[in-house]
Amino acid sequence: MTGPAIILLLAGLGAIAWVSARARAVRLQTAARATGRRDAVHSLPGYHGWYVALWTLIPAAIFLAVWANVAPGLVTQSVLADPAAQALPADGFARSAILGEARAIASGLQAGAFNPASEALVAPYRTAISEYGIAGAVLALILAFAGGAYAFTRIRPDFRARTRVERLVMMALLLASLLAIVTTLGIVASLLWESFRFFSMVNPIDFLFGFKWSPQSAAMGYGNDDAFGAIPLFWGTIFIGAIIAMIVAIPLGLMSAVYLTQYASPAVRKWMKPLLEVLAGVPTVVYGYFAALTVAPALRDFAVAIGIRGASSESALAAGLVMGVMIIPFVSSMADDSIAAVPQSMRDGSLAMGATTSETIKRVLVPAALPGVVGGVLLAVSRAIGETMIVVMAAGLAANLTLNPFASVTTVTTQIVQLLTGDQEFDSAKTLAAFALGLVLFVVTLLLNIVALRVVKKYREAYE
Amino acid sequence: MTDEQKSLAPANPKMTARDVKVFYGPKQAIKGVSIDVDMDNVTAFIGPSGCGKSTFLRTLNRMNDTVASARVDGTITLDGEDIYAPSMDVVQLRARVGMVFQKPNPFPKSIYENIAYGPRIHGLAASKADMDVIVEKSLRRAGLWEEVKDRLQDSGTALSGGQQQRLCIGRAIAVEPEVILMDEPCSALDPIATAKIEELIHELRGRYAIVIVTHNMQQAARVSQRTAFFHLGELVEYGVTSDIFTNPKAERTKDYITGRYG
Repeated sequence: MTGPAIILLLAGLGAIAWVSARARAVRLQTAARATGRRDAVHSLPGYHGWYVALWTLIPAAIFLAVWANVAPGLVTQSVLADPAAQALPADGFARSAILGEARAIASGLQAGAFNPASEALVAPYRTAISEYGIAGAVLALILAFAGGAYAFTRIRPDFRARTRVERLVMMALLLASLLAIVTTLGIVASLLWESFRFFSMVNPIDFLFGFKWSPQSAAMGYGNDDAFGAIPLFWGTIFIGAIIAMIVAIPLGLMSAVYLTQYASPAVRKWMKPLLEVLAGVPTVVYGYFAALTVAPALRDFAVAIGIRGASSESALAAGLVMGVMIIPFVSSMADDSIAAVPQSMRDGSLAMGATTSETIKRVLVPAALPGVVGGVLLAVSRAIGETMIVVMAAGLAANLTLNPFASVTTVTTQIVQLLTGDQEFDSAKTLAAFALGLVLFVVTLLLNIVALRVVKKYREAYE
Repeated sequence: MTDEQKSLAPANPKMTARDVKVFYGPKQAIKGVSIDVDMDNVTAFIGPSGCGKSTFLRTLNRMNDTVASARVDGTITLDGEDIYAPSMDVVQLRARVGMVFQKPNPFPKSIYENIAYGPRIHGLAASKADMDVIVEKSLRRAGLWEEVKDRLQDSGTALSGGQQQRLCIGRAIAVEPEVILMDEPCSALDPIATAKIEELIHELRGRYAIVIVTHNMQQAARVSQRTAFFHLGELVEYGVTSDIFTNPKAERTKDYITGRYG
């Protein structure tokens, strides 16, 4: 029996369970009400319906989820026990290739065999798959019936189905949130594991503090030493994301926040704030080709015109400028929030001393809002150094260690994309380097986020 | 103005208001108030919540300008000069007419910098030594010097509520104002801190013209020599404080004083 059919069948059973349990609850409760006792009836009939339906579905569903993972192993076991499997080669790789092909043919994913050895195993596979499929379906249905029957017998007028259902809902919500956390942990664990493999090939000191980045030479067999010095990448990332982009984003974001909170009339603010936030909604790939096709060539022509040598059409400046524009709404909205959080009484106090609006902003509002603004800037930096599309399109691939903003530099994210695209064996140092870079990026952005949130939180407490 | 109020009017009032009306959008908050404030007396504005006493106070240093929908009609003068005239520099006006707010609002700076704020923006101190003198003098007048002289670099927000409010008074004094407006300065303070502020008001009397808004009638009786009773945006009665409290002329004043409403 196929998966979808079983699921449909179970859903049907669940619906039947709901309807019949509800009907039974209605009948029993009507009788119980006739006795006139106030506590004779506990839950609405619908809750009884849900209680029985969930008891029908959940054990069977859990069983199916487990079965889907266990059954393939059992199928292989039984195929290997078949006499036809005695002819299999002892070599693990060839063996699993043949088994895989036989299984694919048996389950209809592949029309014919490349390896004649797998032909013999198709028939055993087919029987095993169908046997275990039927066994799984039958077991699931038995569980569904058993669960449903157990719950159905518990229906009584004063049975607290409502409380039980509530508890199940809570469990479902808990599971949903655990899933997100477990996923995060899984990602971190895979980063750590692959990075560990990388660092068993390349010395972490050489990686973190080396000045030469040429993974290609390592891939071509010149050895792993000296090829994975990531300093030029870190520098490129900082140069673009934390320096050039912030030089654009901090003043513009801060000034627009000051204008919007202090000078703009409510009508202007109502229009300008959403318009500014549109910037944050532009897909980064659009910024990317804006940087690569419009800004970068213009900057190169400009640099050539004023006689700067080494100007490249993929410049740090182009990527950084566009990234800065992208970041403006982040800085602006964080600064806006923290300026707005400075109590009105502070502003009144300053104005009542005879200060002008701009003196008040400069001497009272911005200093009071500074921790919030700093927090916003740190979040913006963490977002900028993790940004990928703009730098992949506009920043270039050359791992230069340079201060010239018109030269091409590369970033951590760009290199990760480079290392993982293309045909690479998965266990080479070149591919694994991407995980190590990812780990560094993850740790740095995590720290930035923690520090930023701390700063913001500490500041918020000051006024409450 | 009634004849009686005229007789109260000092020969040389510090501030005068004539037929002042304040509108917030279409709503009229003050309905034609005329009053004189003089140098030698503390003037108290009393009245139930929402009667317009604070709104009227804020017209005296044009703090209502910061409210976009507010509009002020009538004439208010400071030393005979119309403060709503186009030639009046509102920044200068507020340096001459200082204000202390309902809730203490020290800046999140050091105690020293809180006091130095006004003198610094108005360029009153030529040197650090000058500034030290101004800070000490202002803190002494605010009755706070002895408590904070050893920790001038501590944050002003770390002081207690009463100390913060005296810091705000000191901050207002530091720019040498002529008038000090106090908008319910003790409403957020405990009785001991309130007593200190009231004592301070006594000491400051005569040096500055002081106008205090309060909803506490005992406080008005304790600190002021002139009392104005506001109700529903009107000035109901204005007179010598002891007369207002012992022998009110208007029925509404009598009802309010005896606790019939408010």
